[in-house]
Amino acid sequence: MEQMIRQVLADYGRLPVDAMTLDVDADLYRCGLTSHASVNVMLALEDAFDVEFPQELLRKKTFESIFAIEQALSGLVTSDRVSSV
Amino acid sequence: MRGDAGLSDRVHALALEYVAPAADEVDRDARFPKESIEALRSERLLSALVPANLGGGGARLSDIAAVVAELGRHCASTAMVFAMHQIQVACLVRHGDTAFLTDYVREEVVGGEALLASATTEVGIGGDVRSSSCAVEAGGGRFRLHKQAPVISYGQFADAILATARRCETSPPSDQVLVLCRRPHLSLEPISDWDTFGFRGTCSLGFELDADDVDDCILSDPYADISERTMLPVSHILWAHVWLGIADAAVSTARAHVRREARKKPGATPPAAVHLAELMAVYLPFRAVAEQVARHFDESEHGTDTLGSLAFAIECNSLKVAASTLVVDIVGRAMRICGMTGYREDSEFALGRLLRDAHGATLMVNNDRILANSAQMLLVAKEA
Ligand SMILES: Cc1cc2nc3c(=O)[nH]c(=O)nc-3n(C[C@H](O)[C@H](O)[C@H](O)COP(=O)(O)OP(=O)(O)OC[C@H]3O[C@@H](n4cnc5c(N)ncnc54)[C@H](O)[C@@H]3O)c2cc1C
Repeated sequence: MEQMIRQVLADYGRLPVDAMTLDVDADLYRCGLTSHASVNVMLALEDAFDVEFPQELLRKKTFESIFAIEQALSGLVTSDRVSSV
Repeated sequence: MRGDAGLSDRVHALALEYVAPAADEVDRDARFPKESIEALRSERLLSALVPANLGGGGARLSDIAAVVAELGRHCASTAMVFAMHQIQVACLVRHGDTAFLTDYVREEVVGGEALLASATTEVGIGGDVRSSSCAVEAGGGRFRLHKQAPVISYGQFADAILATARRCETSPPSDQVLVLCRRPHLSLEPISDWDTFGFRGTCSLGFELDADDVDDCILSDPYADISERTMLPVSHILWAHVWLGIADAAVSTARAHVRREARKKPGATPPAAVHLAELMAVYLPFRAVAEQVARHFDESEHGTDTLGSLAFAIECNSLKVAASTLVVDIVGRAMRICGMTGYREDSEFALGRLLRDAHGATLMVNNDRILANSAQMLLVAKEA
């Protein structure tokens, strides 16, 4: 999952730093993630993981680090599996 | 506050005594409405939005919005200065919870009724306020900032300016902080004049801004959060109320004109009366929406966290675009109703100043930018 998140950030995050080597806890906004780019990252994550971010996760905090994104996604991926059984 | 009715009565009286009589001269000479701001200061209205536990008036945003609209009925420049000051106060009190900044609010904003201005726009960046090129240089407990600001409203008359900048020299353009630049640790060198179509009394010259002060002046919340939770919503709400004030004035003028026509021929409804009815159908929804978004802001302070939500951001953006477009439409309709008497500058029904001020609305953070921003959010926002 982490690798896919990094790939999405590299493709859509428009970060001036390398998303592949970034610390999982690094503050993405301090690294240059704009709110415009974060929307694209979110859309790409929804596509890559075949999930939909619910309203309550549409916050700046959700995308603040690779770790935070991973946390949010793991909640979504499992609950999606449960509902599709 | 001393109750809403008390507040609006006080502001109404102050507006008639100081604001209205100066309005034409402020506009003609593009001069700062100093008597109006002094009157607001002596009524302790510059600190009205500061919470009561810090000594301020403890007003809600909707109370302040009502004051802005009342001022806007008489002089849009005065209303805009007051609104922009309150936007800065809101940022300080909601995002400056350090001992240093709290003392500043208590001693200077409340104690000294300090007037605060804003430098977000930067030369070379255009109107993209979420991006800076200048950077804070900090070290040894102090900071230095140099910013080329193409527009700082009432900069010369302000006691402090809140400026955006990159967090440090290595930060990307979007990683911004908000810095309190206080006199006397602030110098402003004018680089451009302010000879504009409207809002002439805001005296929004361009300046080279230099500040050198203790680093406690840097607000700790990232500007991204301050912008999203406070600066954008409060700006859109208070600006919309400046424009509402302009619309109020245009509607009053049109009504007075139609009444005068009706008195000339009792029994026959004047032809313009139907245009007045149409005007009301545009004006009343505008007023309702502006007041509603202000109430939503006040409610969300206590209830659920709507402030950082996309839904609320879209609501505020939509208010800004709608209000800034409607104010021009409304003054135009009033012009049609008043005819030649509205077109004349020397008549009691003159609408020229209102029309010129109304046209500033779409530029203050360009509507195209706001629409592009909402369009982006709408790609992901779920329906509320
Ligand atoms: C009365 C008044 C008072 C002001 N006071 C202050 C103040 O105190 N402090 C301060 O910092 N600023 C102030 N401003 C500046 C204001 O907030 C805006 O930043 C400024 O008006 C934007 O200028 P602009 O139209 O040249 O720039 P832009 O927003 O760059 O717009 C220029 C043109 O480019 C287009 N455009 C460019 N980029 C985009 C994009 N990404 N999406 C869509 N369209 C785009 C716009 O449609 C527009 O036609 C004030 C402005 C006014 C009118």
